[in-house]
Amino acid sequence: MLEISEWFRVLAETSGINLTIVYDAYDRERMVRGFFNTILLSGICLVLSIVIGVVGAWLQGSSLKWTRRIVSGYIQLFRNTPPLVQMYFFFFALGALMPRMQNEWGIMEPILSNWHWAIISLSFFAGAFNVEIFRSGIEAVPKATVEAAKSLGYTRLQAYRHVVLPLALRVCLPALNNNLVNLVKTTTLAYAIAVPEMLYVANQIWSDSLNVPEMMTFLLFAYVGLLALLVWVMNRWERSLRLPGFGS
Amino acid sequence: MSRTRLEGTTDLPVLMPAADRLAARAQAERHLGGPALRLSLLHGCALALLIAVWAGAVWAQDTVAGEVRPGVFAALWQWLPVLLGGFVFNVGISIMAMGIGTVTGTALGILQVSKIRPLRSSSWLVTQFFRNAPWLVLLFYCMFLMPFEFTVLGVTIPFPDWVKAVIGLALPVMANVSEIVRGAIQSIPSGQWEAARSLAFSRRQILFEIILPQCVKRMLPPWMNLYAILTMATVLASVVGVSEVMTLTQRALAAESRTDLLVPFYGFVMLLFFVYCYPIARYTQKLELRYAVK
Repeated sequence: MLEISEWFRVLAETSGINLTIVYDAYDRERMVRGFFNTILLSGICLVLSIVIGVVGAWLQGSSLKWTRRIVSGYIQLFRNTPPLVQMYFFFFALGALMPRMQNEWGIMEPILSNWHWAIISLSFFAGAFNVEIFRSGIEAVPKATVEAAKSLGYTRLQAYRHVVLPLALRVCLPALNNNLVNLVKTTTLAYAIAVPEMLYVANQIWSDSLNVPEMMTFLLFAYVGLLALLVWVMNRWERSLRLPGFGS
Repeated sequence: MSRTRLEGTTDLPVLMPAADRLAARAQAERHLGGPALRLSLLHGCALALLIAVWAGAVWAQDTVAGEVRPGVFAALWQWLPVLLGGFVFNVGISIMAMGIGTVTGTALGILQVSKIRPLRSSSWLVTQFFRNAPWLVLLFYCMFLMPFEFTVLGVTIPFPDWVKAVIGLALPVMANVSEIVRGAIQSIPSGQWEAARSLAFSRRQILFEIILPQCVKRMLPPWMNLYAILTMATVLASVVGVSEVMTLTQRALAAESRTDLLVPFYGFVMLLFFVYCYPIARYTQKLELRYAVK
């Protein structure tokens, strides 16, 4: 480990390729934390957006007209406005209206921090797409299957949970994968409201160490690697969930 | 696709009004050559209601504050030319990035179905790389690693930041267009390739004269979808300092430094994008339905 970091230090001195994140303990620690923050942010938003998608798709199948209208209004609003503007709207506009409270050092602080707003806005953004995706999956479930479940005495919720959703999940998994990959890419926007995720940390490091090209390249490959991993896992999952006779 | 001919006359008087309307609509669509864009009264009502609720909230806020200062609407009105100018700039960036991305992406997509293996795999790699990199990171990349001017043969060509933003946004668009083109080419039944071959068409002729013209129709909906996504992504340029609508909004808010303007101003930017992107999304849906292969 020490030799590797020494090698990178020598590399920086001889060739000018200055990867401080390998040999400088402070930068390394920052970068690792940024990396895990990105994973944490993506993970939380992933789960919340899927929850929003499932609940929203269920509400959209409701028999009440206004429930359906509100859900589709939410979808259209969040699909057709830029995620960055949504984030700014949440953080700067709504965040300014939130009540403040004292933190442990006695400083007045808004109840919801930039972390919370990033999670909220990203989840709502990805959730809007997920509702549509789940709805298309639900529509693909044969009506006879639902009717059979109903005739066996399932309530609407039970039939949704035990019959429709497991089948719909398999149908919409490819589209869901795409959207989740998109969500992980969109977490970079949290940079704009100073959430210390990978892009933000990289920016700090290149401001301190003046190694913009190296950090940029590292960042690009780190994201592509992270997303390749996600795509691989999701494809494995997709294959393991496949039911004979469903999908192609 | 069978198209039933709709006549204005029928034996059933009950059906007449709808039949009239449908016939008129079909006539209009035939005239246009595509589904016409229709924003119904309901959409208008919803928008009007939204604005009314917002105005009400703003009014209430203003009277509570009780100070003498220009109302929120007056402030917004004052800044409107600046903000709209910024938005037009956004639209301009999106159109330029889409143009560059479409041309390069189509070439890349065609290379992806090339017979030459290294060409095919390298274009696949480029496509996957730019498709999987976050837009903001690519934008940063172009912003910081491109020179601000070029000197070619003693002539200095300035390279302003918005040009770099256009290139930065065109890269992911290129990769996405490449995938759209590849998908469309591969969705054409392979029987057509074989039939054209048996008629002694060369590979190039088959691609450009038989396959691609059919692809255009299939590519249009995802391409328009991509354009809407790109338009929404132009806001990212504000993060790297291009003075588009978001930057201008923040400057306006900084100049006013009033907390009650935050919601209306950011809401206004959202509304601008919504008004621009929603019709595109609706039209895309219509086209998708129309071109859906059953």
